[in-house]
Amino acid sequence: MIDSAVIDAIVTSIVCSLAATGIAAIVGAPIGVWLGRCRFRGRRALLVLARTGMALPTVLIGLLFYTLLSRSGPMGGAGLLFSRTAIVIGELALALPIVVALFAASTEALPSGLERTVRTLGAGRLAVFRTVLSEARLGLVVAVLAAFGRVVSELGIAMMLGGNVKHHTRTMTTAIALETQKGAFGASLVLGFVLLGISLGVNVVVHWISTPRRNVEARPS
Amino acid sequence: MRSLVSKARARARVWVGVGFLAIAGVVGCSAGDHPAERLRLATTTSTENSGLLDELLPAFRDATGIDVEVLSMGTGKALATGERGDCDVVLVHAPAAEQAFVDAGFGVARVPVMHNDFVILGPPSDPASARGGDAVDALSKIASSGATFCSRGDDSGTHKKELALWSEAKLDPEATAAGYVETGQGMGATLMQAGERGAYTLADRGTYLSYRGRLDLVVLVEGDDRLKNPYGIIAVNPERHPHVNRDGAQRLIEWLTSDDGQRRIGAFRVDGEVLFHPSVSR
Repeated sequence: MIDSAVIDAIVTSIVCSLAATGIAAIVGAPIGVWLGRCRFRGRRALLVLARTGMALPTVLIGLLFYTLLSRSGPMGGAGLLFSRTAIVIGELALALPIVVALFAASTEALPSGLERTVRTLGAGRLAVFRTVLSEARLGLVVAVLAAFGRVVSELGIAMMLGGNVKHHTRTMTTAIALETQKGAFGASLVLGFVLLGISLGVNVVVHWISTPRRNVEARPS
Repeated sequence: MRSLVSKARARARVWVGVGFLAIAGVVGCSAGDHPAERLRLATTTSTENSGLLDELLPAFRDATGIDVEVLSMGTGKALATGERGDCDVVLVHAPAAEQAFVDAGFGVARVPVMHNDFVILGPPSDPASARGGDAVDALSKIASSGATFCSRGDDSGTHKKELALWSEAKLDPEATAAGYVETGQGMGATLMQAGERGAYTLADRGTYLSYRGRLDLVVLVEGDDRLKNPYGIIAVNPERHPHVNRDGAQRLIEWLTSDDGQRRIGAFRVDGEVLFHPSVSR
């Protein structure tokens, strides 16, 4: 049951989802904080756009990038279609709006004078940014986890851009789709629970790295 | 003071974590994308779902060192993938569409590899009395009885064959057959659905045999000349798409039509049944 093809599918799922989520977090953090903390013309429109982006259908993303990355498409020269990189690109498009919209929402809720206070303490731009992130920490962690959850569980992008190639671009979800199509419901269920187990593992790890050690904080200085 | 330090450490941990994941992911991706020599084969669901390629491709790899990546899809999509230059070689089963593909300059030449046949399947009770006649008769009876017929509806080779049979019966299934449904899925999924619904369907014998144990469907019509199902392999034309692995494609074609390849195709069995017959006679 758990053979090398299954191991490869697990690895592909984890690698692609983590890469897409990690890049989305790095790129999306400044955009989300900008939308959440700054007031400017067109901000509401951008927020609505980001929130709509959270409902992007995976098959639409798959289709758009398929035509872009295909050898006959405008970005075909790189030969990226049916590769793990193609999956990451598509999943990044899926994760980015989630990170941006949820980062904006959780930083917006912070007190409005926060930046001014930190700046009077002598902080530079980067320090102000980091303070905002730190103050909204819990919401940001949940935002990243939501993006990861969406990406690791999606099927359309992995199927269309990856092509479900055994040992290369077969992910947990495309493997489940294939086994179900073959009528092997038992194998599909096992794969489904393995996927859930991976998500549980990621959540446990994230919880561990994002929660300050209370016993250290509580000790009197 | 301690709490500030620990906060800074927690922050640093988060960023180190995120950065590490992104880097690991990117490295993992680029490492996984470049095997030694890669040949991309777009083929039909029947060749992969039946397990034939799992039998053939490791032997081909041992013989040539070429790693074949299989994209399994309907014949229509496989040909379209070749047309766009997104694969190196196609192995499909729709001779008319294959000829058009070659004539339009997308493929080099069609080489016959193997064949099997289509069968018309239905529930053992056969409410439309389709059993025994020829394929066209059977479809006419199914249409007039109003029994459910599951069509692939996905522009696959099987779907093209089914439409050709309907047109020979001079029937427009969507207009005249009350029970006509399109699943829009592969052969396996369509068989499963037909089995669940007690419906009629057209399937290639190979996929039917590998699913038979999970289905309550029986063969009602077989042996009609119209139900022949030849598979051909075509290298994507490098004049049209210069980046394709023409050499690898040629080696796969030569290997599949070699004595060794043909013998392996004929020896492949599921539950003791031969699914594909070699097409090269010597």
